[in-house]
Amino acid sequence: MTNPPRRIISSGRAPRATSRRSALRGALAAVGGLSLAGCDRLSQNTEFVDVLKSAQDLSHAAHRLVAGRQAMAQEFAPADVAAHFKANGTLVPADAEYHALMQGGFKDWRLQIGGLVEQPAQFSLAELRAMPSRTQITRHDCVEGWSSIGQWKGVQLGHVLGLVRPKAEAKFVVFRCADSMESPAAGRDSTYYESVDLDDAYHVQTVLAYELNGQPLPVNNGAPLRVRIERQLGYKHAKYLMKIELVDSFASIRAGQGGYWEDNGYEWYAGI
Amino acid sequence: MDTSAIPRPAAAATRPAPAAQRVYRHRLPVRVMHWINVVCLTILLMSGLTIFNAHPALYWGRDSNFADPWIAITTAPGPNGPTGVTRIAGRQFASDGVLGRSRVGDAAAPTARAFPSWATIPGPQWLSMGRHWHFFFAWLFVLNGIAYVLYAIFSGHLRRDLLPTRDELRHIGRSLWDHLLFRHPTGEAAKRYNVLQNIAYLTVIFGLLPLVIVAGMAMSPRLDAVWPGWVDLLGGRQSARTLHFLAATGLLLFVLVHLFEVLISGVWNQLRSMITGYYTVPAAARRALRNERQRP
Repeated sequence: MTNPPRRIISSGRAPRATSRRSALRGALAAVGGLSLAGCDRLSQNTEFVDVLKSAQDLSHAAHRLVAGRQAMAQEFAPADVAAHFKANGTLVPADAEYHALMQGGFKDWRLQIGGLVEQPAQFSLAELRAMPSRTQITRHDCVEGWSSIGQWKGVQLGHVLGLVRPKAEAKFVVFRCADSMESPAAGRDSTYYESVDLDDAYHVQTVLAYELNGQPLPVNNGAPLRVRIERQLGYKHAKYLMKIELVDSFASIRAGQGGYWEDNGYEWYAGI
Repeated sequence: MDTSAIPRPAAAATRPAPAAQRVYRHRLPVRVMHWINVVCLTILLMSGLTIFNAHPALYWGRDSNFADPWIAITTAPGPNGPTGVTRIAGRQFASDGVLGRSRVGDAAAPTARAFPSWATIPGPQWLSMGRHWHFFFAWLFVLNGIAYVLYAIFSGHLRRDLLPTRDELRHIGRSLWDHLLFRHPTGEAAKRYNVLQNIAYLTVIFGLLPLVIVAGMAMSPRLDAVWPGWVDLLGGRQSARTLHFLAATGLLLFVLVHLFEVLISGVWNQLRSMITGYYTVPAAARRALRNERQRP
């Protein structure tokens, strides 16, 4: 196949360079516009989004491989603690039940633990405070992109699980919270919830925290008790804990994705 | 031995000069990996801006000093309500309509958002979806990048095409001058990457890309646990977020210069060579003749 010279010099002018250029510009704009609209349409396509979301499993498996199941999150020095630890999400739950507990200084609050356990139990704040504690200075990373360093004190979740003895078929720990995320007008259960696997549940740094920076946990940060899942993003660290449930699957809970934000499209594995 | 290293004249080139000489310049793996990069990089840059928009401020350090980001794209009160502004190192610039506040699609009123919807995937602000796009294509991009580096090393592409020769390095000043005058290589010289291309490609492949990937990984709380404290080598997690953004900006600049060079050095010839592999070598004689004609 022969290819004619691109430009004929003797003609004395560049052949239709301008129209070529504008055609190219038009084509690029069209391709750009189409692909942008295409990306927005693909974002609405369930099958396509499932393909995109498959990267989550790959990331989780790869992270488990390189960062081991028991790898520790970085801990910091007291000097690194942020002057003001940022609070996000619900700042004061509007729910009446929570307000009643808060008015009473959480004296009537009990953490219920049930589901697939040999010995369901409930613990008051004083009982939890009497258990062995762990204090850690860690960095809280929000899915939005910011970080805050704070000092947490609480009882390791693994210790509490040892008291209730999970059954062999238990695979996930579900955290049920007091705060509704949507207005009661929506007419459906929108209380916050989260779940983690047993790797994270029994991790050394997974604590049920009742203190932040040496003070009782403020309401803005989840009083009276929040969980710290130090190797995952902030939305896994459920605040205003009411109940802990061991399950073999979270598929039948709400939209079945394992958490309030997960039901709204966020990844269940939030280690990235 | 790798014989395909020698540019193969195409059938057409057997005709006498000055007819265009065609050479096989880009081999199939390079072409395929190039276009995978185009798709990945476009999606990564645009979905990255969606993620940035969720907290449009950057900090230096381990955590966020909310009172003092070194860059923030936000709104500020104006005489007619809020207006889009960009603050960099304490200085404020008006950026309404593009940065800080812009119209989403055909909406009548502007929305407060850092980067405009024409620069983000998806268009309307949607963090979880932006993350799904970003992480899927990040995997594809990294795997493609690893494949490319392995290919470059084992096929000889790195040594033959990417590493500049000592002679080229000696004449780098001349090459820079030619470039600034938009004088592009002809004849034999046009068959290989010139020294400025070598330096640009090597900087991107072994500088910017590893940086953008490592800084991206440093933002993962689970990967931070691989070796607690390694993130401090980058200055901490928020510094890593800054470096990720700056490296991505560097990649965008590289793409813009790359596109500009393609546009001014024979766009169809360049495009075809990255699709079919065949490149028409600009003949030195013709170029000289044209230069003469253009002289006043």
